[in-house]
Amino acid sequence: MKNPISGLNKIFDSRIRLGVMSVLVVNEEISFNDLKAMLEVTDGNLATHLVTLEENSFIKVHKGFIGRKTNTTYSITNVGERAFKDHVKALEGMIKGIK
Amino acid sequence: MNPENEPIQALADIKQMMDRSSRFVSLSGWSGVAAGICALVAAWLAGKKFNEYPISENKYEANAGYSRDGNLLHLDRELLILAVVTFLTAFFFAFLFTYLRSRKTGVPIWGFMARRVVINVAVPMIAGALLIWRITDYGLYGLIAPACLLFYGLALINASKFTVSEVRYLGYLQLLLGVINLWAIGYGLYFWAAGFGVLHILYGIVMWNKYERNEKAVV
Repeated sequence: MKNPISGLNKIFDSRIRLGVMSVLVVNEEISFNDLKAMLEVTDGNLATHLVTLEENSFIKVHKGFIGRKTNTTYSITNVGERAFKDHVKALEGMIKGIK
Repeated sequence: MNPENEPIQALADIKQMMDRSSRFVSLSGWSGVAAGICALVAAWLAGKKFNEYPISENKYEANAGYSRDGNLLHLDRELLILAVVTFLTAFFFAFLFTYLRSRKTGVPIWGFMARRVVINVAVPMIAGALLIWRITDYGLYGLIAPACLLFYGLALINASKFTVSEVRYLGYLQLLLGVINLWAIGYGLYFWAAGFGVLHILYGIVMWNKYERNEKAVV
């Protein structure tokens, strides 16, 4: 039998990164500030995790402007969506394994 | 934490984040009840206005296509003012109760989810308002109430993707009333009162009962 833990993605060990992916999987595009409010984290903390996700090409960053203020938005990539779904499947597999 | 519960906890977190970030749930049931009461009062006042003028409400509505005399123009203006005041009052109370609820639960009202709901309601409503404006210009009064109900129903169905699913059923019911009213021209005020008054009150009670009754205050 396949080891169910093998599907778990180390990148999603962090609750914040997992939270970001959960929000992005149901929202086409979301701004940094909305994401921050949603996850209730600080600027710096969120930014670090977003960089990690971007480096793994799980999310795409769009830099835009509203007037003179920067408006950075994020969306999920195909790679990211697949990784997230595999991770969820692995979690479900673990629960079934326990039962 | 018990390590066996970790995947369960993680899945619960994921589900909660997906839910919280995709649906606007702060609207209070009392907002619906208040809007419904405003609508019933407005319908009653409109009915009284019809009686003050030398034409009956059914004739006013059935007066399709005829040019309007001075009396009717005066009535038009009074009804328009009544409609605007009703809308503002209902909006004020809806906002007030939702504000009070959000203070209790600690969930902010105005986020991107609320913005999404407002935009999705506003687009069909503005289209409907323009249509009703033109309908009145042509004197087709009988179509005002069904147009209100149809476009409001569509607006609710449109926005229901981003909020609680009960809104969709409310939308379908408004739509149904609007369609029936299309073949019952002359009884618009009753249909309007049923849709905007009775249905809103019922919806508010259902929502309060389901979501708010056992809500705990956040200290």
